[in-house]
Amino acid sequence: MATMISDGFDDPVMQTQAVFRAVLDATARPGRPREVTGPAAPPEPMMPGTAAVLLALADLDTPLWLDRAMAGSGGVADYLAFQCGAPRTDDPRRAVFAAIADPLAMPPLDAFALGSDEAPETSTTLLIQVADLRDDGGWRLTGPGIESAHRLAVDGLPDDFVAWRTGGRHLFPRGTDVILIAGRRLAALPRTTRIEE
Amino acid sequence: MSVVRGYNFAYLDEQTKRMIRRGLLKAVAVPGYQVPFGSREMPLPYGWGTGGIQVTASVIGPDDVLKVIDQGADDTTNAVSIRRFFARVAGVATTERTTEATLIQTRHRIPETPLAEGQILVYQVPIPEPLRWVEPRETETRKMHALTEYGVMHVKLYEDITRHGRIATSFNYPVLVNGRYVMSPSPIPKFDNPKMHRMPALQLFGAGREKRLYAVPPHTRVESLDFEDHPFEVQTWDDVCALCGADDSYLDEVIVDDQGGRMFVCSDSDYCRQRRDAGHAGHGGPSDLETVERGTP
Amino acid sequence: MYVAVKGGEKAIDNAHRLLAEDRRGDPAVPELSLRQISEQLSLAVDRVMTEGSIYDRDLAALAIKQARGDLVEAIFLLRAYRTTLPRLAVSRPVDTTAMHVHRRISATFKDLPGGQVLGPTFDYTHRLLDFDLAEPSAEVPEAPAGSPRGDPVPRVTEVLNREGLIAREVADDPNAPVGDLTREPLAFPADRATRLQNLARGDEGFLLALGYSTQRGFGSTHPFIGEIRMGEVAVEIEPEDLGFAVEIGDILLTECETVNQFKGSKTEPPQFTRGYGLAFGYAERKAISMALVDRALRGRELGEEVVAPAQDEEFVLYHSDNVESSGFVQHIKLPHYVDFQGELDLVRRLRAERDAEAAQ
Repeated sequence: MATMISDGFDDPVMQTQAVFRAVLDATARPGRPREVTGPAAPPEPMMPGTAAVLLALADLDTPLWLDRAMAGSGGVADYLAFQCGAPRTDDPRRAVFAAIADPLAMPPLDAFALGSDEAPETSTTLLIQVADLRDDGGWRLTGPGIESAHRLAVDGLPDDFVAWRTGGRHLFPRGTDVILIAGRRLAALPRTTRIEE
Repeated sequence: MSVVRGYNFAYLDEQTKRMIRRGLLKAVAVPGYQVPFGSREMPLPYGWGTGGIQVTASVIGPDDVLKVIDQGADDTTNAVSIRRFFARVAGVATTERTTEATLIQTRHRIPETPLAEGQILVYQVPIPEPLRWVEPRETETRKMHALTEYGVMHVKLYEDITRHGRIATSFNYPVLVNGRYVMSPSPIPKFDNPKMHRMPALQLFGAGREKRLYAVPPHTRVESLDFEDHPFEVQTWDDVCALCGADDSYLDEVIVDDQGGRMFVCSDSDYCRQRRDAGHAGHGGPSDLETVERGTP
Repeated sequence: MYVAVKGGEKAIDNAHRLLAEDRRGDPAVPELSLRQISEQLSLAVDRVMTEGSIYDRDLAALAIKQARGDLVEAIFLLRAYRTTLPRLAVSRPVDTTAMHVHRRISATFKDLPGGQVLGPTFDYTHRLLDFDLAEPSAEVPEAPAGSPRGDPVPRVTEVLNREGLIAREVADDPNAPVGDLTREPLAFPADRATRLQNLARGDEGFLLALGYSTQRGFGSTHPFIGEIRMGEVAVEIEPEDLGFAVEIGDILLTECETVNQFKGSKTEPPQFTRGYGLAFGYAERKAISMALVDRALRGRELGEEVVAPAQDEEFVLYHSDNVESSGFVQHIKLPHYVDFQGELDLVRRLRAERDAEAAQ
């Protein structure tokens, strides 16, 4: 318990603001990686970037879904319950945030809340931890927030990920928004971003 | 940092900021869609920019440099009042220079100086619903957006053309964002609409009384609604700014005497100052009234 | 040479100083104390607490003083303060049957358990200016002996309920959290709890006019005042770590229940239905108006045709709040030079085109 108490934000108001701005900027410029600073050593297997985003944005009003790897022995859940008070949910369709530590075992994107045509904002934001994120190759991203094209190379996503995204495009404005996280780096893929392999 | 005693940084409590921040992220993810949010009562009246203030308060950090304009000018009383509010509650640096600002809160104008990557423009919005004038019911307009039922909007604009020979909307001229959502650009003059198109800066919109947030990400398509035979066009003036000689800026008409004498000056006070600092000068005198109209460049 | 208007900052400072001076008025006249306001302008305090959504007589008195007696401005001040307060607990529903009654009247039964208690009402005063009040008096008015009733006073609607003559009021899900309009935006259709919350915060004048309109045929609801009661009730909270309720104090409330004729529908037998009004303090006009509008807004769920303004929930709920409406109505005095310039340009152009056409 003692380490959990000490390992939140040192200056919650300012750090929360800085993390939010990084996530806002990442969402506004899909695929452009940003660095965030937050808790240095959150419980395994949660990455510092994931902890920073959840501490900044999750609270009593945001049901949280954890994949089996993240739920693990309960360390992450206890930590988040203590740090932000977000209630756990086992139903991915009720989740405002979903935190995924083992993407290869993750359910497809349409297993989460997609929102409705009248309220597309009620969809899940997925935080997916990956092995690596680079902007020097890999996918070609286009869409709002991107002047011509951004490149993003991601290691550790399931093979079907791009097909899930492409398959869900016709549902717009419904859809999930994704934040990929590798350590302290994060890159966002809002539902409007087109991915070409 | 001189922050007012007894209040949180940037006035709002952290839980409120988180709620607004989550709303803003969804707004950016669905460009042009209005996200309902639990707007708070602010210490300024509704209609004075409470939506924009809540957005700015949720976004602003200690490293930001804030510019606030109303009618394009930094020195209008409401702009002064809002700038002072943030100087008091967030202790941030403020500026009147568009290029120095990281965050610009505006009512009714987009600065003439093109905005850059990394800047954020926050609009104060009185009525966020562009369909409100054709359908007063929120329950209906929400459905119309969901089903992309925008026919009535085009009918309304076309009725203008049949009656007046042109679209009789000079401000708050509706736009289509990323080919999907019809959106209110807030009551900016239609002169400013083209600046929204593929703007490198992030555009955020806050409507406090109506409790809605929306956004246009950088480099996003923003097209003013029009018809093939009646393309969108913006205001232009026959005259130039009497102070700086600008012929490319939005001009305010100033009445100079009781004989109908008038002159035109830049509505964007910073743009006008920049030009005068660079040695430009206007004719300094009253103007003819004639205006001409030309198509969008 | 023309110089653009400058000096907004100085103008604002000066305006604030002028305001302070006018607020104080003639310095030879003693300054009002908050105690004087809360004791002697107590109904103004009650209204400001009700529409300001915060039960605090001292803060309401301060707001009234600061607002120079402009109650809508005072309500705004209180609301803006309220949003900065942390939410420590949610109270249990107050039990108005156990009210310490100062006033209780029914218009439907001549006598009933608990009796008719007239209390401190304006109702039967003759509205003659009392010139004795023009000067302070050393004499302290004395009320007749007797204390507020302590026994529980059964509700008129319960009496009707026993006969099954009035629609039962049962929450859909008593454990469901009650919405909070100060934290979530309105969504439609709004449930009754949300509507009542909106009406309780709503402008008294707006609700009065709407309630009046239902009596004049714009959505008739055929109301009788089942009862009005005013008095103190206990407020209880149940701290999570304690597991039982504790009383944190008493508040003065005015409650109104109307009994309305209802001819029945396909699914419901003919019976009486209710409208409900509740306000902080002694605010009878507000509570009655609220009950009338509440009943009118139930049209949809009772299968009535929704035709009148008072029955239209989007119309009523979106326009009831005087902090919102006062701000937006008055914001048109802010500069609109830019938009007006656009309109000037447009009108000149349209006229020029018309003249050109006429000349041809």
